[in-house]
Amino acid sequence: MLNKINQIRKTKVFIHFIKKPLAVTALVVISILFLGALFAPVIAPQNPYDMDKLDLANSLLPPIWMEGGQSPYFLGTDVQGRDIFSTILYGSRTSFLVGISVVVISGLLGGGIGLFAGYFGGIFDTVVMRTADTVLSFSKTLIAMLLLGVFRQSSVILVILAIVVSDWVQYARTIRGEVLSVKEEEYVLASQAIGGTSLRTVFKHVLPNSVSPLLVVAAVDFGIAIMLEATLSFLGVGIPVTQPSLGMMISQGRNYLYAGKWWLIFFPGLTLMALVFSLNLISDWLRDEIDPKVKNI
Amino acid sequence: MGAFIGRRILQGIIVLFLVSFIAFIIFQYLGDPVMTLAGRYATQAQRAEVREALGLNKPFYVQYFNFLKNAFQGNFGMSYVTKVPVLNLILERLPASLELAIVAEAFAVILGISLGVFVSANPQNFASKFLMTGSLLGISLPTFLVGILLIYIFSIILGIMPTSGRGETVTILNFWRSGLLTFDGWRHIILPAFTLGMFQMALLFRITRGAMLEVLGAEYIRTAWAKGLKGKSVLFKHALRNALIPVITMVGLQFGQLIGFSIVTESIFQWPGAGNLLLNSMYESDFPVVATYVIIVALIVVILNVLVDISYAFLNPKIRY
Repeated sequence: MLNKINQIRKTKVFIHFIKKPLAVTALVVISILFLGALFAPVIAPQNPYDMDKLDLANSLLPPIWMEGGQSPYFLGTDVQGRDIFSTILYGSRTSFLVGISVVVISGLLGGGIGLFAGYFGGIFDTVVMRTADTVLSFSKTLIAMLLLGVFRQSSVILVILAIVVSDWVQYARTIRGEVLSVKEEEYVLASQAIGGTSLRTVFKHVLPNSVSPLLVVAAVDFGIAIMLEATLSFLGVGIPVTQPSLGMMISQGRNYLYAGKWWLIFFPGLTLMALVFSLNLISDWLRDEIDPKVKNI
Repeated sequence: MGAFIGRRILQGIIVLFLVSFIAFIIFQYLGDPVMTLAGRYATQAQRAEVREALGLNKPFYVQYFNFLKNAFQGNFGMSYVTKVPVLNLILERLPASLELAIVAEAFAVILGISLGVFVSANPQNFASKFLMTGSLLGISLPTFLVGILLIYIFSIILGIMPTSGRGETVTILNFWRSGLLTFDGWRHIILPAFTLGMFQMALLFRITRGAMLEVLGAEYIRTAWAKGLKGKSVLFKHALRNALIPVITMVGLQFGQLIGFSIVTESIFQWPGAGNLLLNSMYESDFPVVATYVIIVALIVVILNVLVDISYAFLNPKIRY
């Protein structure tokens, strides 16, 4: 074990990573938020979606350091007496769930489609790429909103699917571009020449050599998916009201902002921002690491 | 060149047909037009009558064909809620949305490009490093959060900006109600336009910077420096012109995104535009409005994309194929 750790410590990627204080901070922030979300039921002083635990007498309490603040409501409460801190923990669970699911489903779907489109070309490639162009020219927010709004149903799974509908496209485009250059490489030609089947060539030689840019896309996309879920929930077409979501917290808190109850929005907003900002910092670092040529973009 | 443009236009038309088909399904099969038009307490016979009048008894392809025929004549049906022709409803709201989008885009382009040039010229400057991290923060903030934050700071705490609406408008050319001709209108548009344009600005800033850094390393730039040209001349005349091609493409392509975000912005600032109309129609299941909105947005996006492709071909001789 120790041996292994020492090995990792000597790798180039690790050394580069440690030298980037912003990337390290971002990873620490994400880890804390992730652990908080994962262990929400253990950490949270209150289960904000258990109606029996809510008491309207505790409604709209300010954070604990302000006058009128009460323990254990560390960051204050909302209008229904929900503990803000607990709701944030539960809400970021939804954020992580949606983010991870969107990245995995879109990555596999888009990655697979792009891989085959790039390798085999032909009419399939044309159709896929034109579809991608079309989807890209409309906004993801609009497409997901229309899908959810028109069918008038909402659940976490539907939100994930509505985002995936337009999200797979960027994975497909990215990997296709890579595949187009990789498939002319000599090792691919060699694999074809010794009679390797197409599938073997694709999975054994083309895929491993064209997959790394997808990591950068995935890191950015993780943040975008989380923002999109928050936006949809904010607009009232995302996560159902009976479930926690950072976007919905902000939407509900908006009505009390004019009355100076800033904590209803400030803390969930800060969490959302910290999450997406950290993911973008990491994707920036990944991009420098994987492809120093595009460092500037 | 002609073939290239022709192909792009053809693709645009195919996209429009696909979108119109989706809109048709929303229009005809979601919600219940018979229930809405005949009323909840209509008899069986009255319902049949309405169904007959709407052509709902006819085969699927005939219905779609009729839908297209009506759409070409600008007839998109009546709103279920307000009982007004849908097209009028949307066209009345469109100027507000377009003005907001154009001001936001202009703000994003001007600020994004000039900051990008500044940073590429002074990469080691402290301000540049600050701007780079700041721009990352700019693409990390959800639009709705930015809007709420701006309202809180400028309207509630400082009290210098209006929180919602369009302010005083002037009607020009008989149909276009413009807020850009009055001081009050400008005061109202600043916060929403900034909210809408911020993401775009951060993006354009990063793309301009990347493109500039690439161009600044080229031989002809070294030649320009060697000739003893002034920094300004090298930066703007030689470098920026060549760096602008990807930036212009981005501006055109991102307009569709802008429309998506404008729905959020319009909802926060209660901007009386088409995006806000769409959102409310969705809440009220007013499907003809939703369907028509989809078609109009698709039309705008497709036309813009074709224009971008054409201008791209003119700007960059390499891709004239």
